[in-house]
Amino acid sequence: MAAAAEPRPALRLENVSHQFGSHAHPETALAGVSASAAAGTVTGLIGPDGAGKTTLLRLVAGLLRLQSGRIEVLGEDVAGNPDGARARLGYMPQRFGLYEDLTVRENLELYAKVQNVPPQAWTARGSELMHMTGLAPFLGRLSGRLSGGMKQKLGLACTLVRIPELLLLDEPTVGVDPVSRRELWAIIDHLVRTEGLTVLVSTSYLDEAERCERVLLLHEGRLVSATDPSEFAAQTSGRSFQVSAEGMGKRRLQAELAQTPGVLDATIQGSFVRIVTAVGAPPPSASALAPGLTLNITQVPPRFEDSFVALLKTDGAVSLAAQTPAPSASGDAAGPTAHRTAPPAAAEEEPVILAAQLTRRFGDFLAVDAISFAVRRGEIFGLLGANGAGKSTTFRMLCGLLPATSGTLRVAGYDLRRAAASARARIGYMAQKFSLYGDLSVLENLRFFASAYRLRDPQRRARIDWALEEFALGAHAAAVSRELPLGYKQRLALACALMHEPQILFLDEPTSGVDPLARREFWRRINALAESGVTVLVTTHFMEEAEYCDRLAVLAQGKVLASGDPDSLKARVRTADHPQPTMEDAFIALLEAAAQPHAA
Amino acid sequence: MNESLERLTGLLRKEALQILRDPSALAIAFVLPAMLLIIFGYGVTLDPHRVALAVVVEQPDAVTHSFVAQLRGTPYFTTESFSTIQSADRAFDADRVSAIVWFRSDFTRRLASRGAAPLGIIVNGVDANTARLIEGYLQQTWANWLAMRSRERGLPAGLPIDLEPRIRFNPAVRSRDYLVPGLIAIVMTLTGALLTALVIAREWERGTLEALMVTRATIREILLAKLVPYFLLGMGGMVATLVLAVWLFGVPFHGSLLVLTGVSALFLLAALGMGLLISSVARNQFVAGQIAIIVTFLPAFILSGFVFDIGSMPWPIRLLTHVVAARYFVATLQSLFLAGDIWSVILPNALALAVMAFVFLGAARLRARKRLD
Repeated sequence: MAAAAEPRPALRLENVSHQFGSHAHPETALAGVSASAAAGTVTGLIGPDGAGKTTLLRLVAGLLRLQSGRIEVLGEDVAGNPDGARARLGYMPQRFGLYEDLTVRENLELYAKVQNVPPQAWTARGSELMHMTGLAPFLGRLSGRLSGGMKQKLGLACTLVRIPELLLLDEPTVGVDPVSRRELWAIIDHLVRTEGLTVLVSTSYLDEAERCERVLLLHEGRLVSATDPSEFAAQTSGRSFQVSAEGMGKRRLQAELAQTPGVLDATIQGSFVRIVTAVGAPPPSASALAPGLTLNITQVPPRFEDSFVALLKTDGAVSLAAQTPAPSASGDAAGPTAHRTAPPAAAEEEPVILAAQLTRRFGDFLAVDAISFAVRRGEIFGLLGANGAGKSTTFRMLCGLLPATSGTLRVAGYDLRRAAASARARIGYMAQKFSLYGDLSVLENLRFFASAYRLRDPQRRARIDWALEEFALGAHAAAVSRELPLGYKQRLALACALMHEPQILFLDEPTSGVDPLARREFWRRINALAESGVTVLVTTHFMEEAEYCDRLAVLAQGKVLASGDPDSLKARVRTADHPQPTMEDAFIALLEAAAQPHAA
Repeated sequence: MNESLERLTGLLRKEALQILRDPSALAIAFVLPAMLLIIFGYGVTLDPHRVALAVVVEQPDAVTHSFVAQLRGTPYFTTESFSTIQSADRAFDADRVSAIVWFRSDFTRRLASRGAAPLGIIVNGVDANTARLIEGYLQQTWANWLAMRSRERGLPAGLPIDLEPRIRFNPAVRSRDYLVPGLIAIVMTLTGALLTALVIAREWERGTLEALMVTRATIREILLAKLVPYFLLGMGGMVATLVLAVWLFGVPFHGSLLVLTGVSALFLLAALGMGLLISSVARNQFVAGQIAIIVTFLPAFILSGFVFDIGSMPWPIRLLTHVVAARYFVATLQSLFLAGDIWSVILPNALALAVMAFVFLGAARLRARKRLD
C-alpha cells in the first residue's frame, strides 16, 4: 500500500480547534493547530498544564468529537472513519488503562483478544513483549501490585499487543522513577527502529522532549513552535549564562536576578544561578543588583528548557505563572512569615531536624534501615529516591504519624517519641495530592485550615488575607478548589500548609507532574521561605527538584546511599567523556553501584 | 463475526475474573441479599407478635382470671400484671408495655348485672398501624371470651352475628409470606442497577474504558460484556433468594418456575438498562452509587408495593409508582408465590416490564459512544 512516491505524513492536523464548556462560557482548549508528523519519527508534545496536550491526543484517537478542522491518521480522516483510523493506532491514556485486579498475563491476553491478535501470532508476540519490558517474571502478579514503572511498561505492552502504525502516549512517565523512564524510552526507540512506528508523545519532562525528532510546543491551545529539539534549544543560543556572586548567597542572588529587567529565567543549579536573557538584553551587571557586588558571569550552551521558558514568557498571552507577583525574597522583607531574622552565618546551633539510626520495620520488611541525617535551620534538604525507597515511611515518622521502630528522631527540639503533638504544631505539611477539600472554595479551604491550626480571629483573618494576597488567590477566593488549574491548587495547598507560620515545612513530591513554569514559581516561594529561616524538607524522585536543595540524601531500599550537596553528588560521576553529568546521571550511577554487591 | 466473538469472549473472561476477585461484587450480589432476607425473614414483620401487655386487675376473682388466661393463651400477647392503673401507667410511659387492659374493681359485678361490663383498653398509638392491630386482637379476644362464657352457661351467643373470616391467598396471614417474595425484586435491583453502574463507573475512574475505546472492540461488545455477567449474577441472586425463601422460611410457592424465570429475566434486563444508563451519566463510583440508590433501590423498596400498599398511597405518588419497574415485578412475584400463575396479573405486568427493559436498554445503547464527550 505504501508504494506511492510521495511519503505521506503519518499524522496530519489541519486547523484543529476545540472548545469545552457551554456556549455561554466556552473554554478554548485548542485554537487552529496545524502540524504533521512524518512516518517513522517520534514527535514530542510539550507545553504547560492545560495547554491542550491531552485534548489533542484524544482528538487524534477519535475519543472526542472533532469540532473544527481536519485530522488525518495514516491518510484516514478521523472524523469520517473513526473506526478505520482507530484500528491502526495505539493509544495509552495517562492512567495506562490497566485492570488492577487482573494479573499481568490476564491484562495482556485481554488486549490481545480485544485487538484480534491470532493465537498463533500471540505466542511469539507475547514473549517478545515480555522480553522487551522485562515483565516475564511477574506474569502471575496482579497488576495493581506492580510498581509505577512496571505498570507503565505493562500499559505500553498492552497497547503494543498488535503493533500500531501510530502510537499515541499521554504523559507516559508521570510519577515514574528515572530508571524506569530510561527503560521506557529504550523500548520506544527500539520500536521506531525495528517496526517503523510513528510516535506522538506528550510529556512534561523536557529531557524527554529533547530525545524526539520533532517538538510541538502548545501554549493555551495554540501551537507556539514546531521544530526539531536542537533548533528549539538554539533559540536561546548566546543568551544562557551561569552566574555566581561573591558576598551573596545563591538563593538571594537568584531572587534578585529573577526580578532584573531583561532576565527571562533564573534558576538555581547547584551552587550557581542559571539565567536566560531576553533577545538583545545585555547580561545583568553587578551594579544593577547591589553596590559593591562582584558577579562572575560565564556564557553556557543553551539548554532545551531555556528556550521553553523563554518562549512561553515572551509568548503574547502571559502565562499564569508570570502574572503572579514575585514573592518577597530578600532577607529584610521576608513577608509576614514571622521568622524575619536571617539564619545566622555561624550555623553551629542544634539541627532543626535530627535523625539518628532511624529504623522502621513492617513485619519482616525493613522499610527504613538505620538512616541518619541532620537539617539545619533555613536549609532545604532533599530525600531523593525511587518509589519504594523508604521516602514516605521516613516522612511519616518525621511528621509524627508513624512511630519509629528504633533510633532517635528530633524535630524542632522535640523528641517525637514523647512530644509528637508539640513538634507537629511547628510543622507545615504539603501532601503530594495537595489534601485540599475539592468541594470547598479557596476561601473556605483557607478558613478551614486556619481553624484546624487553632488560629483565633484577629490573627486568623490576618493570615487568610496574607494567603490571598501573597499567593495571588484573591481573584479566585470564591472558586471551587477542585476546578482550579494545577498550579493554583498547588499554591493554595502551600498557603494552607503555611497558615500557622510553621518553622519547618515538609513537602512530599511537591511539583510532580507540574510544568516547568509552575515549578519555577513554586520554588521561588520555597526559596523565599528558606531565606526567611524556615527549614524545608522535600521528598522527590524528580531530579530537577533535587537541584533546588542545599543538601540531599539519596535513598534506596531503606538505606542512605549517599548524601551531600548537588554539586558534590554530581561530581562523583564526572568522567572525561561525561564532563557535565546531570543529577539524574548521578542518581542512576549511585543506584547501579548499590545494586552491584560490594563494588567498592 | 468470528473476530467479534473473539473480542467478546476476551471481555467476558475479564469481567468474570474481576467479579470473582472483587469481594465487593460478590458481597453485593450474594451477601447483601442473604442479609436482607434474614432481616426480613426473621426480624421485620408487620404482624404484632408477643406484644407486651399490662393487665390491671383491681379486684381479682375467677371471672377476671378466666379472661387473663384467655389473653395469655394467644400468641399475640405477653402479659404483666399490675394491681393499680398508676403503676401500669408508669410501665406504659417507660415503653415497657404497648397496651393496658384495665379491669376496674366493679368489673365482675357489672358483668353479672347487665351482661356487659366496661373493659378499659389503652393502646400506644405511636405506631398507628400496630395500634389498630392490637386493638383488633383485643376486641377479638374479648368477643371470643364472651362467646365462650355464654356457651359455658348454656346461654345464646352474646353477639347476633358470628363472624367467621376466611382469608384468601395467605391463609396464615403471615406478612413474611408476602415480604420475602418482594425481596427478589430488591436483590435484582442491587445487582442489575447498583452493581452494574458501580463497575462501569470504576472503569471510567481508572481510565480502562478510555483505553478499551481505542481498541477494535465495538461499543456493542463492550456493553454486551457488561450485560451478560451481571445478568447471570442477578439470576443467581434470584435463585438463591427463592431457595432460601422456600426452604428456610417456608414461604409457599404456588406458581411455575418457568414463569418466574421469564418475568425475572425481563425485570433484570430493565434494571441492567437503568444501570448502564446511570453509568453513562455518572463517571465516578460515588455519584453512580448515589444515583443508583436514589432512582432504583429506594423506589424499589418504597414505591413498589413491596412494603407499602400502593392502593393506599395518595394519587400523585400512585401515579409515580407506574414508572418504577419493581412495581410490576413485585405484583407478579406476590401473585406467583401466594396465588399461582394468575395470567390476568402476570401478563400485563410482564408486558410493562418488557417495555421498560426495551426503553432503558435502548436508551443506554443510544447514549453509549466510543467517545469521551
